[in-house]
Amino acid sequence: MIKTASDIRSSFPILRREVNGKPLVYFDNAASSQKPIQVINAIDNYYRNHHANIHRGVHALSQEATMMYEDARLAVAEFINAESASEIIFTRGATEGINLVAQTLGRQILNEGDEILVTFMEHHSNLVPWQMIAQEKGAVIKAVEVTEDGQLDQESFKNLLSKRTKIFAVGHVSNTLGTINPVKEMAHAAHQVGAYVVIDGAQSTPHLKVDVQNIDADFYAASGHKMYGPTGIGFLYGKKNLLNTIPPYHGGGEMISRVSIEKSTYAELPFKFEGGTPNMAGAIGLHAAIDFIRETDIQHISDVEERLENKLTNALKNIEGIRLIGTAPEKAGVVSFLVDGVSAYDVGVILDQLGIAVRTGHHCTEPLMDRYGIRGTIRASFAVYNTEEEVEIMVNALNRALKMLS
Amino acid sequence: MGEPMKTMEEIQKEIVEDFSFFEEWMDKYEEIIEFGKSLKGLPEELKTEENLVRGCQSNVWVVSEMNNGLLHFEADSDAIITKGIVGLLLRIFSGQRPIDIATEELYALDEIGLQAHLSPNRANGLNAMVNKIKLMALAHRAKEEAEG
Repeated sequence: MIKTASDIRSSFPILRREVNGKPLVYFDNAASSQKPIQVINAIDNYYRNHHANIHRGVHALSQEATMMYEDARLAVAEFINAESASEIIFTRGATEGINLVAQTLGRQILNEGDEILVTFMEHHSNLVPWQMIAQEKGAVIKAVEVTEDGQLDQESFKNLLSKRTKIFAVGHVSNTLGTINPVKEMAHAAHQVGAYVVIDGAQSTPHLKVDVQNIDADFYAASGHKMYGPTGIGFLYGKKNLLNTIPPYHGGGEMISRVSIEKSTYAELPFKFEGGTPNMAGAIGLHAAIDFIRETDIQHISDVEERLENKLTNALKNIEGIRLIGTAPEKAGVVSFLVDGVSAYDVGVILDQLGIAVRTGHHCTEPLMDRYGIRGTIRASFAVYNTEEEVEIMVNALNRALKMLS
Repeated sequence: MGEPMKTMEEIQKEIVEDFSFFEEWMDKYEEIIEFGKSLKGLPEELKTEENLVRGCQSNVWVVSEMNNGLLHFEADSDAIITKGIVGLLLRIFSGQRPIDIATEELYALDEIGLQAHLSPNRANGLNAMVNKIKLMALAHRAKEEAEG
């Protein structure tokens, strides 16, 4: 049964508060979404009733906590259609997942002159980890061009792919433009030249049905806090055979099977990659977030967001001097724009005074800003709890801001 | 040695009083925006990397000049609200003795409700600008002392 808009909104306690004396309009979801009561309660319940360190204890609490943590892993595996739960590694977020792949797979396979192919629309988290390992190994970073409307230039992609390409790292959805990239087709082409495919799913998991097997991703990283879950938890999917062959990332407890002073043998998947006591509360909160998405229905979520995106885009087209950045046909819940002669920062400040949270700036995608020859944009990004009325409030507020500023 | 026209304390009081007439945030911001628009700013050739105070979103440029023992500042920004607030800062700090600039406690922006603009998370360079103004003052002060 599809939840009504007011059912959904009432699940998010923070949406009842005011900002600067105005009802909060939260359009900064691509940075971090708000949390439903189900997630808040799951964390609360875990700490109140079930907490103990996991995996090692024979006592009841430890077993309960272990069960809850491993249930969360299973929920993630089902959520992205991984073949098994042992292919899911809990991380602090997408950034850590990508760093993990760069520092393990990258360290293992890269040699001098090898190429890592990224794109001009990558978030810095899917660029800087590659630069770090490239520098260390003498590898070279290449980047796929972006077309004027904000799509990956497939011609440029084909030209850059070669036998030298060892890793292709790409975002499923652009955080700045909202573009949904054709990752399945691109993964296929990258595999043809023998490259590994690493996908940054930070912006896709909140909005689309993700199927890692269908995409044929080698690695897929995401963050809990962008998909209604807690901060400090995320996951990395990796194909089992790859996770088995790459070395561990962090050494410590939990990730070993036998340790002597001289050496250690490592634990089975996925524990090999989870050194130290993990973020149990985070994983359990993420499980609740996944349940929330499933109950709300991901198709419904993306329909609601698309309606809001279209409504805002159409309204902006009627305002003089607006330049939309990112007008690809396939987008997920992001509207990025600029106003001629007005600084994005100034607009953000006035909107904030009117209770509207948008993001202004380069959105951690400086190469993309350089591509468009701009310093930043104003970005509104939606979640399922946003409404058409809120879009109207934002458009009115924007008109008011522009009147003040121009 | 020149004398400042007013002390920084007097100017801060004036600013607080000017803004006390505005009850609505909107009027306050309109005043700042109008003030920002009225400032002449800096010529393009002075908007250099060297004069830039790095802020994440809005750039602020500031230059200083000693004249008769008093340190004068001029500044600019690519965001109009930032420029208006920069203008308020210059009204306070420009044309004062370096030693006074370095030790003056800035409270006027807090009192008129603009403190959020000076918090480190407001990526607009204003916080960094106040630090830079004070450092410039200290540098001039050190130079004065060295020259006796």
